[in-house]
This record gives sequence, structure tokens and C-alpha cells, in this order.
Amino acid sequence: MYVRHLTVSDFRSWRSADVALEPGPSVLVGANGQGKTNLVEALGYLATLSSHRVPTDAPLVRSGTERAVIGAAIVAAGRELRVEVEITPGRANRAKLNGSPVPRARDVLGALRLVLFAPEDLAIVRGDPSERRRFLDDLVVARSPRMAGVRADYDRVLKQRSALLKSAGAARRSGGNSDLRTLDVWDGHLAAHGAQLLSARLAALAALRPHAAAAYAQVAPASVELTLQYNTSLTAALPELPEAPVPDPTLLEAVLLSELARVRSAELERGVNLVGPHRDDLDLGLGQLAVRGYASHGESWSTALALRLGSYELLRSDYPDGAEPILILDDVFAELDVNRREQLALVASKAEQSVITAAVASDVPDQLQGARFDVHDGEVRRVR
Amino acid sequence: MMYEGAVQDLIDELGRLPGVGPKSAQRIAFYLLASEQVDVERLASTLIRVKNDVKFCSICGNVSESEQCRICTDTRRDPTIICVVEEPKDVLAVERTREFRGRYHVLGGAISPIDGVGPDDLRIRELLVRLRDGVVTELILATDPNLEGEATATYLARMINPMGLTVTRLASGLPVGGDLEYADEVTLGRAFSGRRRVD
Ligand SMILES: Nc1ncnc2c1ncn2[C@@H]1O[C@H](COP(=O)(O)OP(=O)(O)OP(=O)(O)O)[C@@H](O)[C@H]1O
Ligand SMILES: [Mg+2]
Ligand SMILES: [Zn+2]
Repeated sequence: MYVRHLTVSDFRSWRSADVALEPGPSVLVGANGQGKTNLVEALGYLATLSSHRVPTDAPLVRSGTERAVIGAAIVAAGRELRVEVEITPGRANRAKLNGSPVPRARDVLGALRLVLFAPEDLAIVRGDPSERRRFLDDLVVARSPRMAGVRADYDRVLKQRSALLKSAGAARRSGGNSDLRTLDVWDGHLAAHGAQLLSARLAALAALRPHAAAAYAQVAPASVELTLQYNTSLTAALPELPEAPVPDPTLLEAVLLSELARVRSAELERGVNLVGPHRDDLDLGLGQLAVRGYASHGESWSTALALRLGSYELLRSDYPDGAEPILILDDVFAELDVNRREQLALVASKAEQSVITAAVASDVPDQLQGARFDVHDGEVRRVR
Repeated sequence: MMYEGAVQDLIDELGRLPGVGPKSAQRIAFYLLASEQVDVERLASTLIRVKNDVKFCSICGNVSESEQCRICTDTRRDPTIICVVEEPKDVLAVERTREFRGRYHVLGGAISPIDGVGPDDLRIRELLVRLRDGVVTELILATDPNLEGEATATYLARMINPMGLTVTRLASGLPVGGDLEYADEVTLGRAFSGRRRVD
């Protein structure tokens, strides 16, 4: 697929922008702070309904205004689809497909599919487990947009259940037990949604592994192997969590339920949800060593790059019917050495569409010198 | 910025209403300030009247002008089947489908620990009282198709199933994560006729 047209209004630094794009590589060039990343962030937002840079929506709306709008015309398998999302911080987003409002914004997920690689991705490798869970869950939703609902419901179950654990724990300490009657119900919801999420993560990881390992071997040749291992909070019940075949959600649900029963006392004492996929991690390794804490700066970058390129290849193979994802590279060439630049350029040049930002045009390898846009002073001008 | 005295008080009051943000509160306040005296007085007296005159039906909990609502006192309605909903507005939504001829029970919300709402804060005890004489044989759980609605339905089903009643839940097909109120009549009607037993 490719984006034929992108418009934004009151998004980040942009009062309005209107960019016509084509298949193949497009390079956005401009000095620091001119709004290049803001434009690709808008594309990323349309695809995932979240920013790759900030966890909340407030910074996305141009300061002094109340709401931002992002729109795109997307061409996939010869058909054009228009998607529009309106962001008003503190309220639910509103969205339209081909001009008609959809009941919930997340109904537009799947219309635009892309993989975005940006300097922030170093956090997947070096950051907290939550960064890696987010990486996996974003991949899960990109593969199957329906999972956005499961993910949102699971988060809500966690909030409800931890509120209940806190009040029930307090009640228990003062001799009552009234709140405990509903805890079983929330256990059931946690297990049901958690099992679906966990099963989808394991499936995504199993599918990603060969692509990520191949991408790592490509960007860091003559090096050790990149390994990805799911690290589950269910080890007491399932020391070996098989990925192939991926365990049936009903089995995982039963395991979660029995684990919840086992840790109930501790949960009431501490008032936190102690088991479930929100406690899990994705262990990244290079040969025998963990990436986190051991890998060099360059190895960390290669790992992040391999995860994104692997995701790109995976999503491409998931949808072989002309719906191949768009590849977005935000300001990454300046960070990479010559070999990795070339490997990345090789992949990007074969993509149906790629959008690349750079402060200096010469940072972008020659194969990717397609359409060129100058981003300057609140304007996007096509110069080639 | 803050306005002086009554204007700011009004903005603050309006801002406490559901779905009204600070900007809208300000817009409504200035709209009222510019309105005719009679229009504002009519609005004010309606607000007072709604609080004084409108009661909740002592049986089902729906809003009512008298001690018992029209549906609970209508002898043509089937007394053996009760549809359990969260809010009075859900009664209206179900009535619009014309699929249901039994009676209602309004819980007054859904279980939501975040908001401090547990089973004891809902009209569950009143529901159990209604089931005591054995007239009711089926209970339809029509709480919202979202997490809290599902949790409430599960809780009720587990409690009431052992009493030997048929407990049913609306068929899927309702927009998941949504609000009963926003389901269109056809979809909601279909969900009613396709309801299934929960165990
Ligand atoms: N909500 C907002 N309202 C107004 N301006 C904003 C908002 N959010 C970000 N900006 C401005 O946008 C600019 C950053 O834009 P962006 O990150 O796209 O730059 P860039 O062109 O990618 O630069 P670099 O080459 O340094 O990465 C900053 O000057 C910032 O002040
Ligand atoms: Mg940038
Ligand atoms: Zn009544």
C-alpha cells in the first residue's frame, strides 16, 4: 500500500500541511526542528492511534489550539481509502473512513499499515520491560487490528482489578470480606483477556523470530545470533511456554486462573495484579549475553533496527496481496555506520513506499534518492 | 482565567456535568447570560421540578412520576420475565425495539471498583426481593456490552443461576465496548430475540 496524500491541521508545529506522495522513496529534508518528524509521527498516529514519541495526546495538538486532525488517502491493491482522525486531548478520538464517521476510532486500525523506525526505538532494547511489551503488542495489533480491543480491555481489567484489590485488601485487614465476592468475576476477565493477549504475543513472537534474526545477520554480519525469548510471569505453572504450536487461549486461561488463585493472598496484601501478561518481558540476547546491560551502543542500535526490519518483513509476509506495509525511517541514517546504512537502504528501496526524514540530504544513501521535499518555515515543498 | 462571582460559579457548576468540558461550560454560561429572562427562569424551574417531582419507581427503579412506574403497573406486561439494565435510559432503548413485553429492573449502574461501585451500591438486593415469590421465571441480563457491564452480568448470573431461574444474556452482535443506548434498534432487537442462556 502507499499513502497518496497526507494532510494535517493543528498537529504539533503544523497549522496545516498538505503533502502529495507517491510509491517509492520520499525524503523529507530540513534543518532541526522544522517539523519533519511531526509529519511522519502523524502517519504513525493514523496507523496505530498513538504516537511513537509521547504516551499522551496533549503534546500532539498545536499549542493554543484544541484539536488536531490527520487525514490520509491510502491506496491498497488498487483501491483508495480515505482515513481521518481527530485528536482532542482528554476525549475519545473521532475518526472517519471515506468521509463517514465510524463508531469508535479504533475501527480505522488496519486501514494504514506501516513500520516506523526512529531513534526512540533504542528504548525497546535499553528501556523497561514495558517498552518491549509495547513493541510486541503493537506488532500483535498491526497483524490483527481486532486485538486492539482485547488490549484495551485487558488494560481496563487491570485498573479495575487493582482498585478492587486495594479496597478488598483494606476491608480484609479490618475484618470484612464484602469486596471479595466480585474478585472472582474480575479474575475471570483477567484470565480471559490475558489469555488472548498472551497467545497472540506468542504467535507474533514465533513469527517474528526468524525475520528478526535474519535482519540482524544482515545489518551486523560476522556477528553472533540475535535471540528473542518470551519471559513469562507464569513460570510457576508453565516453566516451558511453548510457542510452536502456540498454546490454545483456553489452556492459558485455565493456567492464569489457577495462578491467580495461588497468589490471591499476596495480591490482597500488596494491592497489585501479580500475574498476567502485563508482568512479562521479551528477553533479547546476542549469543550468550543479554542485550540489555551488555551490548555496545552499535549492537543495541543493530538490535533495534533488526526488530523493526523483522517486523516489516513479517507484516509483508502476513499480507502478500498488495497490502504491504509502508516503511518509515525517521532520522536514523545519521546514527548508522556505512554498512548498516546500506543494508537499511537495500530494504527501503524495495519497499512499495518509504518515507525518510533527515536533517542533511547527504546522510541518505543514493538508492533512496527518490522524491525530495524541503521542510522549512511551516511549508513542505517538493523539490525533486 | 477566572470570572467574577456568579458567572464563575455557573461555569464551575456546568463544568461538573458529564461531557461538559471547561470551554463548553464557558460557552453555555455566556449563552445563558445573553438569553431572555423568561427562558432562563423556565430552565431553572424545570431543574427544580425534576428534582422535586420525579421519583424512582419503588419496584423497578426506573424514573417515574408516581410511586410505581407505568410499566410496573401495566397488567398487560408479562410478569414472569425481567430485563435487568444499568440505567433508566436503557429502559427507553429496549422499549424502542418493541421486542420485549416483560418488566424491568434498573440497577443504577454497573460494578466498577475504580469508581468505588460494588454490588452493594447497586439495586441487587431489591432484585432478589422481586424474585422471591417465584412468579419470575426468566431474567434477561441487558447490562452494557462493555467490561463493567459484563462483570455485573457475570456476578448476577453466578448469584441467581442456583435459584433455578433461566438467566439469559443478550446475543452478541452489539458493538463490543459500547453502551446499550447507542445500539441501533434493529441490532438491539436482534440481540433480544437471539439471547442465550448463561450458566
Ligand atoms: N504541540 C506543539 N505545538 C507547537 N509546536 C510544537 C508542538 N509540538 C512540537 N512542536 C515543535 O515542533 C518542532 C519539532 O518538530 P520535529 O520534531 O518534527 O522536528 P524535526 O524537523 O524532525 O527536527 P530534527 O531534525 O531535529 O529531528 C519543535 O520546534 C517543537 O517546538
Ligand atoms: Mg526529527
Ligand atoms: Zn417500575
